[in-house]
Amino acid sequence: MTGFVRTIDAPKLSPPKGEVGLIHTLRHRVFNSAIGGVLAIAIAALLFWTAWTIIDWAFFRGVWTAPDRELCNAEGAGACWPFIKARSLQWVYGFYPSAERWRVNLVYLIGAISLAGLMIPAIPFKTWNALFFFLLYPVIAFFLLLGGKFGLTLVETEQWGGLLVTLVLSVTAIVVSAPLGILLALGRRSEMPIVSLLSTIFIETVRGVPLVLVLFMAANMFPLFMPPGVNPDKLLKAVIGTSLFASAYMAEIIRGGLQAIPKGQYEGAQAIGLSYWKSMGLIIMPQALKVVIPSIVNNFISLFKDTSLVTVVGLFDLLGIVQTGFNDPKWASAQTSNTGYFALAVIYWAFCFSMSRYSQFIERKLNTSHKR
Amino acid sequence: MTQQSDDQRNSSAPVRGGVDLLYSPKLRGIVSQLIVLLLLAGGIYWIVTNTQANLVKLNQNFGFDFLNKASGFDLSTSLIQYSSDSTFSRALLAGFYNTALVSILGIIFATIIGFIVGVMRLSKNLVVSSAATIYIEIIRNIPLLLQIFIWYALVLKPLPGTKQAINFFDTVFISNRGIIAPHVIFGEGSWISVTLLISALIGTWVFRRWSRKRQEATGQILPAWWISIPIIIAAPILGLLIAGWPLIWDYPVLSGFNFKGGVTLVPEFIALFLALVIYTATFIAEIVRSGIIAVSHGQSEASHALGLDNGKTLRLVVIPQAMRIIIPPLTSQYLNLTKNSSLAVAVGYPDLMYTAGTVNNQSGKAIEVYSIALVVYLTTSLVTSLLMNWFNARVKLVER
Repeated sequence: MTGFVRTIDAPKLSPPKGEVGLIHTLRHRVFNSAIGGVLAIAIAALLFWTAWTIIDWAFFRGVWTAPDRELCNAEGAGACWPFIKARSLQWVYGFYPSAERWRVNLVYLIGAISLAGLMIPAIPFKTWNALFFFLLYPVIAFFLLLGGKFGLTLVETEQWGGLLVTLVLSVTAIVVSAPLGILLALGRRSEMPIVSLLSTIFIETVRGVPLVLVLFMAANMFPLFMPPGVNPDKLLKAVIGTSLFASAYMAEIIRGGLQAIPKGQYEGAQAIGLSYWKSMGLIIMPQALKVVIPSIVNNFISLFKDTSLVTVVGLFDLLGIVQTGFNDPKWASAQTSNTGYFALAVIYWAFCFSMSRYSQFIERKLNTSHKR
Repeated sequence: MTQQSDDQRNSSAPVRGGVDLLYSPKLRGIVSQLIVLLLLAGGIYWIVTNTQANLVKLNQNFGFDFLNKASGFDLSTSLIQYSSDSTFSRALLAGFYNTALVSILGIIFATIIGFIVGVMRLSKNLVVSSAATIYIEIIRNIPLLLQIFIWYALVLKPLPGTKQAINFFDTVFISNRGIIAPHVIFGEGSWISVTLLISALIGTWVFRRWSRKRQEATGQILPAWWISIPIIIAAPILGLLIAGWPLIWDYPVLSGFNFKGGVTLVPEFIALFLALVIYTATFIAEIVRSGIIAVSHGQSEASHALGLDNGKTLRLVVIPQAMRIIIPPLTSQYLNLTKNSSLAVAVGYPDLMYTAGTVNNQSGKAIEVYSIALVVYLTTSLVTSLLMNWFNARVKLVER
């Protein structure tokens, strides 16, 4: 008796009629109950109304070309786009002299290349790249932006502004907070009572107060703490404030990572005779930091959003410089501030949303490597 | 063997004694802590001497005496009696109350919206869940400060001046000075109403306990909510009727360019409150969502198998278990909201941060004023976490 063994697959049957397609989705995933259907219609109507209001304001009623505020001030006019066109360079560079803007571009470019190398998993030399980004790049950026040496003209920080200040603040804060946060986290977990107490006090105090207070303290109290006659730069004070603030949060993130490392790793490192710093640097930290990369990216996102608070202490970051444009007599109109805020929201959203997507991507990637 | 190794150790001990001491973790610990302490003391000494020199140069001295002096500035809104003749300390107190007001109201509303949106995001209904996703993904990626400015522009700009205020029956007025509503003054005899309200609250609490006991014993369910809520509403009204309706309404009246009387909700408050609630609710929604996902699917399946409908499954089975996961991150969101309320400085709502800044400008006592603000914010954070920890301990899974 010979059996019959099928050598090719039977053709796939299409799903029964009415089980796929738009109608099915609508019937089973939207109008599956009376309340759900009514709710769905109400929510959809609200969404469409909101979207339509914004599109109508931005595109159909929007003013696209105008020499000054005249057209934007007209009755029923929508978004005032020429205002943004006129101001966009200032938003990116602040009051940085136009002849020297190539320096800012160069800093942006080096940063972007190095960051891309760090962020794209396939690119090799991660350690060297990280060392460059966290050690060498800040120095290069500092001398390039400030100048005054190597034949570059000095550009005072009062002339910096816009996206430049926002990026300088957030990148410096994250770069400074990485080593400081590691030290504070190790200090808090240390078996030495005084070190652990001091680290805990610092971390909890900073995390317990608003960033605005830290910035105000940096602006008003910090000069009093310096030797008489020394008055630190306004931007420097804000950088110190945000960096200390970020370090406390970074310390807690890294502490979480340290706690996730099994005790056997610590004991193993001790058993092979490594000193404290060697076991931390070679065994514990590489594992702990890998676990917390998504949290560090999330921390950077909130830091990036929080840098907008320096507007309150009178610095011209992205938000601050957009607001100064509202008072320009050439452009002051009923729609100027709405347009400015709308553009700002889109810019910040694009930055933060892409970063949060990246954080989710890296989280998934790191997760699989840990699964057995 | 043992003998030999002991001998070796004994013989090597005198030679390596000094080195052993150098490598002793205990001694190293003490020395490094001493170094840290010395560095800290040196740093503090340096700061203190610098500050003293700076204060001498500015012709100032350190001290909190200025708190009893008249402030000389007005606040746009205050929950307590305050004028420019009041002291600096009273200004700070008024600021603290304003911070507390916007934080507590913000926490309540953000929690409600956050829970609704978090559950919505898990809905099987495509429109409902994607609407929640869109809301969350847009709002939480825009800086809060920008959102406050946007709400301020949206709230304040379209409103008419006081002369053309939107008028609701001559009682509630909406203008660019805010929402002005009648202020109620409780006259004599109001205590009857208060007593009745308290006894109604206690009574319904006892009633609900009894109805639960009865349900556990017999399985019969009483509509406890539908019985207790009308009683709680009716009791104070009844009390007022007994006392002869002793309410005095203080209606706002337009005089000159502003309203007199009534209570005012300033636009700065409205903008700050809306932004705080809408921003924080997105984070709470994500916490609620992950908390609900963490409850095993078997729980809701078992609940459905017992015949509970969707709403009851969510309310009685899923949410109580999700609460255990939700509460710790929820606490930090409450703390964030309280801290973020300090962004009031940007729009000029006189919260603690804003009044501290004004007091600093008026008195020039930066160190003292900001230290007070620091201590108050820290204490508030501490009290909030203590309260939430207590609540957390109550809902925590009781394990053996």
